[in-house]
Amino acid sequence: MTTATARISRPGHNAAKPSRDAKSRERALAWARRAPLLPALVFLILVTQLPFVVTLIISFMNWNSLSPDKTAFAGLENYATVLTDPDLRQAIFTTILLTVSVVLISLLIGLGLALLLDKKFIGRGLARTLLIAPFLVVPVAAALIWKHALLNPTYGLINGVLTWVWSLFGSAAAPQLDLLSQAPMMAVILSLVWQWTPFMMLILLAGLQSRPMDTVEAAQMDGATPWGIFRHLTLPHLRQYLELGGLLGAIYIVQNFDAVFTLTAGGLGTANLPYAIYQTFYFANEYGLASAAGVVVVIGTIIVATFALRTVFSLFKKEAAR
Amino acid sequence: MSTLTPAAPQSTPPGPTALNTGRSPRRRGKARMDPTRNNTAAGIAAWLLALLFAVPVLWMVLTSFHSETDAATNPPSLAANLTLDAYREFFGETSGVSPWPSLINSATASILSTVLVLLLAFPAAYALSIRPVKKWTDVMFFFLSTKMMPVVAAILPLYLFARTVGALDNIWFLILMYTSMNLPIAVWMMRSFLAEVPEEMLEAAQIDGANLLLILRKIIAPVAMPGIAATALICFIFSWNELLLARVLTGVVAGTAPVFLTGFVSGQGLFLAQVCAAAVVISLPVLFAGFAAQDKLVQGLSLGAVK
Repeated sequence: MTTATARISRPGHNAAKPSRDAKSRERALAWARRAPLLPALVFLILVTQLPFVVTLIISFMNWNSLSPDKTAFAGLENYATVLTDPDLRQAIFTTILLTVSVVLISLLIGLGLALLLDKKFIGRGLARTLLIAPFLVVPVAAALIWKHALLNPTYGLINGVLTWVWSLFGSAAAPQLDLLSQAPMMAVILSLVWQWTPFMMLILLAGLQSRPMDTVEAAQMDGATPWGIFRHLTLPHLRQYLELGGLLGAIYIVQNFDAVFTLTAGGLGTANLPYAIYQTFYFANEYGLASAAGVVVVIGTIIVATFALRTVFSLFKKEAAR
Repeated sequence: MSTLTPAAPQSTPPGPTALNTGRSPRRRGKARMDPTRNNTAAGIAAWLLALLFAVPVLWMVLTSFHSETDAATNPPSLAANLTLDAYREFFGETSGVSPWPSLINSATASILSTVLVLLLAFPAAYALSIRPVKKWTDVMFFFLSTKMMPVVAAILPLYLFARTVGALDNIWFLILMYTSMNLPIAVWMMRSFLAEVPEEMLEAAQIDGANLLLILRKIIAPVAMPGIAATALICFIFSWNELLLARVLTGVVAGTAPVFLTGFVSGQGLFLAQVCAAAVVISLPVLFAGFAAQDKLVQGLSLGAVK
């Protein structure tokens, strides 16, 4: 009976006196605990960590599959190329610009929307559903819609609406935009912000709705202004939700391939690292170079992730300690 | 020690965690000078923005029911006649190219990888919450860190491996890839859902001599089932949406729906209605899955950190 209870209690509870018998039984119990974890761990290490080790090895090799006889050890040559080649350097810059701008803009708009949706009004549930819709369109499909149905310079909806509005005022000379060729980076950012804002909004709305309302009410009674409440109560409470949204958004947007591939095919300086790497190994067959670029992405991600993980980890610890 | 739910970043109040229930009614009418007016303005602003965000989706649906000539006009023809022509075209009436194989491939890859993910993630989540291993937080962060490694950093060896063993353009290889892609997220999500199972109930059942199966069925399942379902739906969505792996690892045989969609990337001429029809058809499963998981969507997508 007692062993049964000890078995399901969390570690630390079963502080049994250390006798040799108990020790070996404890070890067996520890393995019984670990067993359900192993399939997932082993599978994940085989499919994600092992290939990365191979990438690491290939990154030090001169290997183009079109001329296999020239395959040789290359040292740091590929890394030097990644950091000096203008296209790849541009790709690094594009990745940073794309990730930072999409995360910041969608966080800001998401915050505004969450603040609005936090109030009670008629049809709030439906408005929220409409706002989630962009997130639930297949990314390639969303990019196609932006490319052909919205941003197309001749018959896209945006220019169509401009023509329509101008014609209301009797003008036939409506301004017509061509983002895809004149500001392709903005087109990519626009479509990604549209897809990711709902995600940020959902996280921030959940944050708002977990606010302890009694302090807000007390502040209101004391005559605090809505801005004061937002600045000193709401924003500090939302901080960790903003960080979480930013972190998760960054993880996904750094890896974005679909929007760049579909909207601009990486043209006009919009190729980010995932797209550039795809091109380097899939079309140029430069396996060594592509691997080195991949390793650079991972190093960059690790730097960002260290900060990000620290945030998550502190939240995690804080809650575990309670 | 009762709150071993460390994934929540802050003090979530106990009780129902669904999105719209956290509000106390006493907030209305108190304190604020004129809450009704305030809310009307917020309501109008929220509705305008919601419609603005929904316009691309609504426009996609409307255009998919227009004829090609009505779809490509400037200014847009809102009131044009509705027709199913674009859908007929998409399903290959004149071209003879059917999207069905790719849709079936997508369904196969998404469903089977989700099943595999659940089979692997459930025991793992169990060993991280209900009967946690020592240093279980380290294990959690190892899972999360694998998700931070971009797919591009591992795709070349995977491609070379597949080519060597003849697994290119094989749906099973893609299924394994999607399983590894979703496994870390699923472990995090499921752990947060399993952590909601009250410890006292587990202990009581154990004392009563209930075996593992009975505990799983009678105590864990009722609490965790909605969360597990949401996890499954979110994994399904991520697999269904995936493009990069599918594009590199599959071809004519195992190509998925997003790969099929890329056929429309550089199309010219009158095909706008057909693009919209394609986007609608391929997005439908995701829209259904997303709205089905709506209540648990935030908790799932935030890896259990937000309730």
